[in-house]
Amino acid sequence: MYSEEEENIYDSEDETSSQEYEVSVEFEITGSEDEAKFKFTFEVLSTDQVMQTMNQTINEVYEIVKIPPTLLRILLNHFNWDLAKFYDRYYCGDQRSLFEDAHMVNSLETLRPSLNGTNERPSIEECEICFLGFPSNIMTGLECSHRFCQECWKEYLTSKIMHDGMSQKISCQASECDILVDYQTVMNLIEEEKVKQRYRQLIINSYVAYKDKLRWCPFPDCNNVIRVQRVESQPVTCNCSHTFCFGCGESCHEPVKCDLLRKWKKKCSDDSETYNWLKINTKECPKCFSLIEKNGGCNHMICSNPNCQTHFCWICLGPWESHKDYYKCNQFKEEDSAALDDQEKSKAALNKYFFYSVRYMNHLQSQKLEKKLNDTVETKIKEMNKLKVSWVDTKKLRHCLYILCQCRQTLMYSYAFAYYLKKNNQCIIFEENQRDLETATENISEYLERELSVEENRAKLNMVKDIANYCENRREKLIEHVNEGYARELWEFDEWASESRIDSFDSLIRKSALRFDSRRRITVLLTPTPFSGIEESKESKNRKNRKNRKNRRIERIERIEESKESEESKIGRRFIRESNR
Amino acid sequence: MLPRRIVKETRRLMQEPVPGISAVPDEDNARYFHVILAGPADSPFEGGVFNLELFLPESYPMSAPKVRFITKIYHPNIDKLGRICMDILMDKWSPALQIRTILLSIQSLLSSPNPDDPLAPDVAQTWKENRSEAFRIAREWTLKYA
Ligand SMILES: [Zn+2]
Ligand SMILES: [Zn+2]
Ligand SMILES: [Zn+2]
Ligand SMILES: [Zn+2]
Ligand SMILES: [Zn+2]
Ligand SMILES: [Zn+2]
Repeated sequence: MYSEEEENIYDSEDETSSQEYEVSVEFEITGSEDEAKFKFTFEVLSTDQVMQTMNQTINEVYEIVKIPPTLLRILLNHFNWDLAKFYDRYYCGDQRSLFEDAHMVNSLETLRPSLNGTNERPSIEECEICFLGFPSNIMTGLECSHRFCQECWKEYLTSKIMHDGMSQKISCQASECDILVDYQTVMNLIEEEKVKQRYRQLIINSYVAYKDKLRWCPFPDCNNVIRVQRVESQPVTCNCSHTFCFGCGESCHEPVKCDLLRKWKKKCSDDSETYNWLKINTKECPKCFSLIEKNGGCNHMICSNPNCQTHFCWICLGPWESHKDYYKCNQFKEEDSAALDDQEKSKAALNKYFFYSVRYMNHLQSQKLEKKLNDTVETKIKEMNKLKVSWVDTKKLRHCLYILCQCRQTLMYSYAFAYYLKKNNQCIIFEENQRDLETATENISEYLERELSVEENRAKLNMVKDIANYCENRREKLIEHVNEGYARELWEFDEWASESRIDSFDSLIRKSALRFDSRRRITVLLTPTPFSGIEESKESKNRKNRKNRKNRRIERIERIEESKESEESKIGRRFIRESNR
Repeated sequence: MLPRRIVKETRRLMQEPVPGISAVPDEDNARYFHVILAGPADSPFEGGVFNLELFLPESYPMSAPKVRFITKIYHPNIDKLGRICMDILMDKWSPALQIRTILLSIQSLLSSPNPDDPLAPDVAQTWKENRSEAFRIAREWTLKYA
C-alpha cells in the first residue's frame, strides 16, 4: 500500500515544515579545549528538527538492512529506538519471530503483491465495514491482505489518532489482526492536515519519550526539545528562555541531586498538610504574642506592637540579633543519646523532618512573595528614572533582584540536601556556608523590601550592589564546596534510615500533631531536641510499640492543647499587622 | 439518517437469523436492539431464554456496540448490572466485527466462561473452586429468571 514516493516523501515534508524554526543553538558550559570531551553541551530542537533526526536514523538503518523506511519505523519503535538492540536481534536472532513480535508481516519473505487492484480480484469488492461495493482500486489494506475501502480506512485512522491518541500502535481494521499500520500508509490515506499534524506530533512524542538524550522543555505550551550529548543533571536553557535541570525537568536545584530531590518532594507532598500550614502567613510575636502577618519574603521580622518591636526570625522565632553571629538557625542539633527511649527517638525523627521542611517551605514561600517584590522594585525604578537616577544604577537593582531569586532557590534546595546528609566534618563546613548564604540573602531581601527609597544616592546603591555580589559569591562558594564533595565522594546520605523512621509516624503526624494550632506547634515541635538514629534491629520492636506510643502521644497533645487554650484566653487576641520599618 | 451499514446489517440479521439468537430493532430507535438469546446446550444455561439490550453508538462501527444482559444471570464474566466483560467489546473491538459476531461471541461466552478474567469476582471464585456448586446456582438462576 506504500507507493514509490515513500523514500523522498520524508525529505519534501521536512523541508517545507522546518522553515518556521531554523534555530539550533549550541551552548558551552565549560572552558578549555582539552576539556572538550567532558564538556556538557546541549541544543534546542524544534519538533520538526526532532522529526528530521528520527528520519535520519531510519535512513541510516535503511542503508544497512534495506527494509523499507516506513516499516523500519515500526521495527525501531518496537525496540524503543535502541539501535544496538535492534541490530543485535536482527543479525543474531530469528528474523521470522522478530517481525512477528513487532506485529509486522515479514517483508523479507513476502514478495509484495500489489494490493491495489490485480487481475484475480473481482471488479467490484464489498467493504466489510460499510457494506458498500467498490471497484478494486478503491479497496486497500496492509501486507496482511485485509482489504477495506479508503473511506473506512480514513475514518478508522482518524478516530484512532484524534480520539485515542494512537500513532505507532494502530493495527489493521480486521478483527484479530494485529499487523501495524505504517507511517506511509497513514500519510497516504489521511487528507486532513490537522490529523496528519497530530499524527506526526504523536510519533515525535513517543520518540522523545524513548530517547534519554532528548527532553521536552517543561514550560507550558513550549514545543521545543533539548538534546544533550551526555545525560547529566545540568541546567539547560530553552529558546523560550526557560531554564531547567536536564536530569529531571525541575527548575535548577543545586546543590541537591535529582533523585534525592524527587524523594524529598514526594515526602513533602505526602505531608501536604504541613505545607498548607506553612502557607499561613501569620504567627505570634515570641515575646508579646501579638499576631504578626508576613507580607514579604524577608525572614527578619519586627513586631509591630509599638511597645514591643522585638526583632525575630520568622523561621525559628529566635531573636534576630543572634542570627548574625553565634546562633545557628540552619543547623539541626543531632545529639548522640543512646539513652533515649523509643518514644523520644520518634519525636526526634519527627523534629528533624519538621526542622528541614519548615526551612525548605519557608524559602519556597519567600520566593513566591519576592515575585511581588519584583513589581515593587520596577515601580521604584520608574520613579527613579523620573528623578534622573542613571540607567546603570537601576540595572544594578534589577541584577540584585535576580541574585536574590537565585540565592533563595539555592537555599531552599540546600535544606533538601541537608535533610538527607549524614553528619561529618564537611557537613559542618556546608552548614557554615549555608548560614552565611542565608544571612546574606536575608540582608538583601530586607533591603530591597523595606529600605529602598526613590531618593537613593549612588553610594547607597553601590553598597546594595556589593551586598548582592557578596551574596552571589556565598552562593557560588556553597555550590562549589558541595560539588567538590560530590567529586571526592565526601557526602554520605541517610536516605533509607530517614524514610523508615519518619514514614512510620506519618499517620501519627496527620492524626495528631497537625491538629495543633499552627502558631503554637512551631514552638512545640521545632525546638531542636536530641536526635539519634534507631538501629535496624529495633525496627520490629518499634512496630509493636507503635500503637501504645501513638495513644500516649495523642494524650500528651490533648493536654498541650488544653493548656494552650487557657493561655490564649488570658492573653486575649490582638491582631496587629506587621509594619515596615 | 441511518448509516447504510446499520440498515444492511439489520436487514441481514432479519433475513438470515442466527440459530438461537434474535435481534430486533426498536420501533422508535433503529440503533436500539431487543435481543433474545437461547442458553446454549450442554451449559448450565440450557433451556433459559435471556433478554439483552444492544445499542449502536453514534461512532459505530468505529467503536463497539453497548450490550447488556437484562435477565439476571449467574456468570463470572457478567456482573449484577448485566454488563459483560469481553475483550472484543473493549480494546479488541474492530470495525470489521458486526452485531452478529458480537452476539455469537456472547453465546460462546455462556458455553465457556472465563473465570480468570472476571467481572463478578465472587462468582468467579466459586466457579474456580467449586465447579459443581457454581453450575448448580447457574442452573437454579436460569430456571428462576430466564
Ligand atoms: Zn490485517
Ligand atoms: Zn468501507
Ligand atoms: Zn521552552
Ligand atoms: Zn534534576
Ligand atoms: Zn512583640
Ligand atoms: Zn531563625
